Amino acid sequence: MAQNPTTGIPEGSPSGTRGDPARALAADSTTTVPARDPLSRVAIRQIALLAIASTVGFVLLMAGLSWATNLTSSSTATLDAIDVETGTVTLSLTQEPPQLDSTRLTDSVSGRILGHVMEGLLRYDVNNQLAPGVAERWDIRADGATFWLREEARWSDGEPVTAHDFVFAWQTALDPATASQYAFIFYVLKNGEAINTGELPRESLGVTAVSDRVLEVEFEQPVAYFDKLVAFQTYYPIREDFYLSREGRYAADADDMLYNGPFEITVWVHGAHVRLEKNPDYWDRDGISLNVIDFPYITADGNAVLNLYRDGQIAEVNGLGAESLDQVLAERWPVGRYSDGSVWFFQLNHRSDHPTGNYNLRKALQLVNDPGELVYKVIKIPSNTPGESIFPTWLKGEKGLFRQEYPAPTVTPNVTLAREHLEQAKRELGVDEIPPLVLLADDTPGASKQAEYYQNSLMQKLGLEIRIDKQIFKQRLAKVEAGEFDVALYGWGPAFDDPLTFADLFASWNPNNHGEYANAELDAQVRIAQQSTDQATRMAAFGRIQEILFEDVAIIPNYERGQMYIQDPRIRGVARRAVGADPDYTRAYIVTD
Amino acid sequence: MSTAAFKFGPGDFEQVATERRTQTLSRPSVSYWQDAWRRLKDNRRALISLWIVIALALFTLAGPLLWRVDPAAQDLDQVSQPPGLPQVAVIVEPYVPWAGIMATPVPGTAETLAAATPEGLRLVEPATTQAVRLAWDPVPGASGYRLYRNIFDPEPDGAVGLPVAEILDPGQVSFEDRLDLEPARYWYSVFARDEFGAEAGDYATVTVDATRVVSAAEAETLGWIGAAAAVALGDEIVLPYHPLGTDYLGRDMLSRLMYGARVSLFIGVVAPLLFVVVGIVYGSAAGFIGGRVDQLLMRFADFVVALPFLLFMILFKIAFGIGPGESGIFPMLVALVLLAWPATARLVRGQVLQIREEGYIGASQLLGAKTTYLVLRHMIPNTMGVILVTLTFAVPTVIFTEAFLSFIGMGVAPPTPSWGSMSNEGLRTMLTHPHELIFPAIFISVTVLAFNLLGDGLRDALDVRMRGRE
Amino acid sequence: MFRYTVKRLIQGVITVWFIATATFIAMHSVPGDPLSGERLANEEIRANLEARYGLDRPLFEQYLIYMGNMARGDFGISFTQQNRRVNDIIREHFPVSATLGILAVVFAALGGILWGALTALFRNRLPDIVIMFLVILGISVPSFVVAALSQLGLTSLNALLGVSILPVAGWGTLLHMVVPSMVLGLGTMAFLTRLMRSSMLEIVNADFVRTARSKGLPPTRIFLKHQLRNAILPVITVLGPAIAAITTGGFVVELVFAIPGLGRYFVQAVQQLDYTVIMGTTVFYGAFLVFMVILVDLVYGLIDPRVRLE
Repeated sequence: MAQNPTTGIPEGSPSGTRGDPARALAADSTTTVPARDPLSRVAIRQIALLAIASTVGFVLLMAGLSWATNLTSSSTATLDAIDVETGTVTLSLTQEPPQLDSTRLTDSVSGRILGHVMEGLLRYDVNNQLAPGVAERWDIRADGATFWLREEARWSDGEPVTAHDFVFAWQTALDPATASQYAFIFYVLKNGEAINTGELPRESLGVTAVSDRVLEVEFEQPVAYFDKLVAFQTYYPIREDFYLSREGRYAADADDMLYNGPFEITVWVHGAHVRLEKNPDYWDRDGISLNVIDFPYITADGNAVLNLYRDGQIAEVNGLGAESLDQVLAERWPVGRYSDGSVWFFQLNHRSDHPTGNYNLRKALQLVNDPGELVYKVIKIPSNTPGESIFPTWLKGEKGLFRQEYPAPTVTPNVTLAREHLEQAKRELGVDEIPPLVLLADDTPGASKQAEYYQNSLMQKLGLEIRIDKQIFKQRLAKVEAGEFDVALYGWGPAFDDPLTFADLFASWNPNNHGEYANAELDAQVRIAQQSTDQATRMAAFGRIQEILFEDVAIIPNYERGQMYIQDPRIRGVARRAVGADPDYTRAYIVTD
Repeated sequence: MSTAAFKFGPGDFEQVATERRTQTLSRPSVSYWQDAWRRLKDNRRALISLWIVIALALFTLAGPLLWRVDPAAQDLDQVSQPPGLPQVAVIVEPYVPWAGIMATPVPGTAETLAAATPEGLRLVEPATTQAVRLAWDPVPGASGYRLYRNIFDPEPDGAVGLPVAEILDPGQVSFEDRLDLEPARYWYSVFARDEFGAEAGDYATVTVDATRVVSAAEAETLGWIGAAAAVALGDEIVLPYHPLGTDYLGRDMLSRLMYGARVSLFIGVVAPLLFVVVGIVYGSAAGFIGGRVDQLLMRFADFVVALPFLLFMILFKIAFGIGPGESGIFPMLVALVLLAWPATARLVRGQVLQIREEGYIGASQLLGAKTTYLVLRHMIPNTMGVILVTLTFAVPTVIFTEAFLSFIGMGVAPPTPSWGSMSNEGLRTMLTHPHELIFPAIFISVTVLAFNLLGDGLRDALDVRMRGRE
Repeated sequence: MFRYTVKRLIQGVITVWFIATATFIAMHSVPGDPLSGERLANEEIRANLEARYGLDRPLFEQYLIYMGNMARGDFGISFTQQNRRVNDIIREHFPVSATLGILAVVFAALGGILWGALTALFRNRLPDIVIMFLVILGISVPSFVVAALSQLGLTSLNALLGVSILPVAGWGTLLHMVVPSMVLGLGTMAFLTRLMRSSMLEIVNADFVRTARSKGLPPTRIFLKHQLRNAILPVITVLGPAIAAITTGGFVVELVFAIPGLGRYFVQAVQQLDYTVIMGTTVFYGAFLVFMVILVDLVYGLIDPRVRLE
């Protein structure tokens, strides 16, 4: 720690011992200074002069250097978060975008940036409806799809975006050498999986560029939601000649990328600054109002972001914590909310050597679970809602919302009944006491808080001992994968806008089914939902899956996550969504009143 | 042979007095430690610090015996309560879910909607901390409603506060709020939504005063009352008292500070003790054996010193890991000892080398003293002062290290409290609930200060050069 | 002198090798796996990743490859940013930490010497008491609390004045550096103040000062030439380790003030178990520390003729 560099550990460092500060300090009590020594008066004057001189010098140095940096730097710091004249909006990012290569992208910050600078065949508009992107029209059939690309679509170097760019990007994502984590999202394409496992060459992928402007796709099996898939970021195009010319450094820096979206990255100082400017070659450039979206701050520190907003340096604050809400109210800032799409639940370990493999124990846990208490008293963020199902409320069903068409079975907390199930579980397991349950949690403050809440609540209601296993991100992942937990606090966000992205999570073959839940009927329903193109049949299957998960207590839903945000009221037209780039400023505009 | 004739008898001898003073000390003899203690007593700052340290020890060890509140017990009805007087609550019926009020949507045009203000916004039943139930009259043409809640008056600038609900069903004209209700005044505002989901027209506001309530069954489960039957509806009961307030999960701060002290001070005192012992053994071995072995041992110590301390602290911390249900104190101790011993080892070696050359050691050896005797009688007592000072100064460093690790999320595992993790949690709420930061931070600061000043005092007092001075 | 330098340098290289080995062992005994993903598709995807990073080879072979690359100054490719080299990361982020550190040391040294001399002259009077109280506060409050509070204070000050006099977070211009470097240097400044104070006190009545005074030298001259100069010497000695500690200890300040330094990068890499970044950063910092200490020792030998380098 910087706090105490010399009394601390460095006292042992090689040169620290010679100066012996200890002896110097000891002298304190040995000598006495005559307080009214004429010498000291002179010395005081000297010191005062010295202090003034060095302060002035320091300030001058600072001013000079700051002037010098302003001369050399291209961007001038805007004083306001919103500059009407230049059409600039200043924002912050929670972390440096780790990966802007669309084939390898996995995180939401990269997704946010990439959603502004790239465009797929289709895109989501401000109202979160599918809209034409690079493709001006398309046709999806049971065995494949055809996309007709628009003529005006251009890369940022002026070259046209062609069907070949999509073929190349998709083949690259599936190439084993790329080692993309999201390669599975292409498995619906013909030969997709075989290419990724190295059985077939990448050229055998069922995607062909019939001409520069026609893209032909063959499916492995019918895909009812393929229009939604091609809006996903892994499906973005990459131009082959450019990709190869970067020699493995594609997307490592601002000039190692080509852009076909509404904006392009003009500044990327790693960890410090990302600047997006309007792409003059974008086909719909007239629909884009902002000239610059600037991210000169990269920090995940909630207090720092709030301070920046208060200081007028940024135009939005995302992910407000419950603890800052009172301050926000006192400042009278406008607050908004939206669902980020993710569902959070207890991932239960169904392996037979874990107590949670027992149905009655799981039932007891389900009967005492009170998502309302968790959301209203512990998480305390208004945009979160108590969880009732693996399918979040925002998913679209056949006509309206899925959850209105197929309401989730609800549970009334009942401690007495839960205790009966618990006794039953003890008898079945042949134990006097249920061994302590391991609750696996992330090391984020929010997860720790929830884990502590459950620890206390389950002890109080059922007398169950809970051992919290708090791990850093990657270690928690490793433990979940290895099945080293009884209960895990787990969240799942959508990869595409279809209930299937949640429904197949507990299929027995899904590697993300970490609790190894296996149910033949559920598997059959997942197959139906995957292969059918009839929405009514699919929704019925999802409805049945929802019931099975409840009856079997395969999981225990906790909450659906939502985000609170503050946004400068002068900005309109910002899209916030569960799937895709979020928040999306591409079609935002500034109002002046 | 003549000598043989002369014989000494017992009568020829006279016993010499066993004690014979050749010199007298004009002042009483004062041992090294007595002298040091005398000088420490004269140092007011050090003495106060010593008392603070003793007080902290009492707080840690005896505190939990006097203030018998479980530091892990959560009181979700009194979350983030600032220090103050005890709270009371009224006994009510247990919470029952509410179906809400439905009405037939009234058709209307976009124009009327744009000019409309929801009317008849009212409380359906008295507002409590269990729930606030509101209803209003349907607005013609509304596609739904949006509700806001504020703890301040929305007037004059229309700051309606937090969006607490988004109602998509135009038939639903009621709302139940259960989110983090406190006994306070709330302003609820309702907007009608147009077909695009935007707010149409003006808003209506209602002011609500919530009272703190609890159901008898809940109070019994939480142990606030003996039996649910003993109280009647409408009775007032006094909630458990938290003199220093509560934290973000409604846990008693005072009790958490005491248990946190156990963790922080335990690490702060035991880790230095351990690495000092390791350092003494290692350093004295090197100093005593000398030669090649000394060279080798000290070279290794140099290596360990060269490891970047905080980086390796973090590395070791994740390498040892914290298992389920463990507090993580032990891995932290091990990591500290592994990294921090060489400083003491060097110091002790230096002292040993120096003392070995002193005249009194030579004298002692000439008189036939054995190595063990030399070590016990001369070496250890003479290095003790330096070691004691090192030990005192190491405590603040270790406490800071623990706090730093907590700050970056590598500290002790929940629910174990430590001052560092409590400060880190308090940091997030420092504007709205400053007591959650202030108390643990003060404890850290006072402890660090006390040990620093005590260390200063000890060093002055133990410095041989200063013996006999005033 | 030359022989001594060479000897120290060789020792330095061996020490760096030791640090690298220790880091490798620590890193590979960490439970967990940098390749774990939130979405797993199949074993093949995983195998592809392992092959890419050479994690499929035996541990000892990995060690040899790692040491070999390191000897050539190549720290490999980051796990989380698969198209960035660790060398690039260090090259881009270390200068930020170093700039911050140097400013903090300048601030700490100037402040420490000034305050220290001042308190010594005003011993046990009001300025001394006030300054020492502040110094003690600077030493005893955890740095993350100081950092967060100073950021909050600055924001409130800006809000009060209606203009942003100093940025509250971020990096880029020198104005951004003022508050973070002061916070970072605070602890060292407090320590140096104490050191300077007692060092001054020891010298005020030293024989050579008395001699100078009796020779009738002007007091100004005595203060500057004899007292201040001599008092500063022990302060300079501890500056070396202080510089190293400050430059590597910027974690807290970098996190709180959103500064893109290497320290913040390290903390993030640990969360992600980014093997190559963690090892690269640790070894780089270790080497930096080692050679910094050697440099300070050599320079000190040049400045102070009483110190003999053997």
